[in-house]
Amino acid sequence: MVKILQTKYTENDIRTCLKEVKDPEIPPISIVDLGIVTKINVSESNDVHVTLTPTFAGCPALKIMEELVKARLEKEEALGKITVETSFETTWTTDLISEEGREALLKHGLAPPKQNVGYMELDVLSDTPCPFCSSRNTTLKSPFGPTLCRSLHYCNNCLQAFEGFKPV
Amino acid sequence: MDFFNDKHVEAAKDLLYKMADDQLIIGHRNSEWTGLGPILEEDIAFSSMAQDKLGQSEHLYNLLHELGEADADTVAFTRNEKQFHCCHLVELPIGEYDFSLIRHFLFDMAEAIRFEMLVDSSYENLARLARKFKGEIKYHTMHANTWVQQLANGNEESKARMQSALNMAWPLALGIFEPGQHESVLAEATIFAGEAALQEKWTAEITALITKAGLTIPNDATPVYGGRTGTHTPHLQPLLDEMTEVYSIDPSADW
Repeated sequence: MVKILQTKYTENDIRTCLKEVKDPEIPPISIVDLGIVTKINVSESNDVHVTLTPTFAGCPALKIMEELVKARLEKEEALGKITVETSFETTWTTDLISEEGREALLKHGLAPPKQNVGYMELDVLSDTPCPFCSSRNTTLKSPFGPTLCRSLHYCNNCLQAFEGFKPV
Repeated sequence: MDFFNDKHVEAAKDLLYKMADDQLIIGHRNSEWTGLGPILEEDIAFSSMAQDKLGQSEHLYNLLHELGEADADTVAFTRNEKQFHCCHLVELPIGEYDFSLIRHFLFDMAEAIRFEMLVDSSYENLARLARKFKGEIKYHTMHANTWVQQLANGNEESKARMQSALNMAWPLALGIFEPGQHESVLAEATIFAGEAALQEKWTAEITALITKAGLTIPNDATPVYGGRTGTHTPHLQPLLDEMTEVYSIDPSADW
């Protein structure tokens, strides 16, 4: 049977679809803005292969996100075979979070991670700006928070506890 | 992995097994603090580190699967203690918080350096994992170093507890670096520079931190070896029995 293509999808079309897939642990941010969609291949016959990279090796949302990607793309009737894989080929860092993503985090009350921190700098957590009053007069309470990607802070200015997205 | 010959595959498997087993077992021990931490933040910290370690061990077992071993769950949940390659340090019960903290301090510094060394490994799939893991583990070493400095400079009791935990854990920590049978193969193939090189770097880093904390490294400690070749303390098998209880009842259980 010859498959008649109504639309030839582009990489960008797929990216637009995936913008609707949200991080299950931080629903305001899409997986595209989170920077974990590292490769999208669309074949001539509209077969799609999406590559994701884990934020944290032990992230329990990883398998769920693979399934969410698949489920979203299956809604596109003109697409052929859909495959999703997770690969460490591209190392995820918080620098891969888009500007839109950083704003979404802030709106969610999560301090966005500082950028270009590399791997070794740790004092980057010490004066994380408060997501509520923007003061930098804040204290790191613990590098471990309610999910692997978050840290706990306290703002000495507005006296609020807050969470930050850890730079990695 | 076509750049590997059989000798390299055997050596890489040996390296992966000990790394993955260390991670799985310390991860399980860390998880035993869930709900019991001395303060809420420590409860969360040990639970988070447990999650990181288990995740990292799974990805290392996946590499073993690529090299022909059984899949991650089978490898993690169906072996007996003699088939485990973890060092004795990670298998001891959590004890009191001072022991768990010092163990975490000594072990995670070694792991952080191991991953740093593996970043340039010729075994590219392992190098990729190392690049990922080292970004995660920096938070583990940061956590350990902060608390060790604070408690060693707290009051008399906290300092004494840190010192006695260090005295107990030190010979066990030296067992992390038990030489394997494939050290020269790993080094020649630039897969991994070896346990001796790792220990040298670790000793320099950890000595500086211990000195800064005002603690003393025990003299003439004899390294506790055996874990890498399947000889374990009486504490490992009960841990495995508990960890694999659900899997033994229903290997297909999912959630």
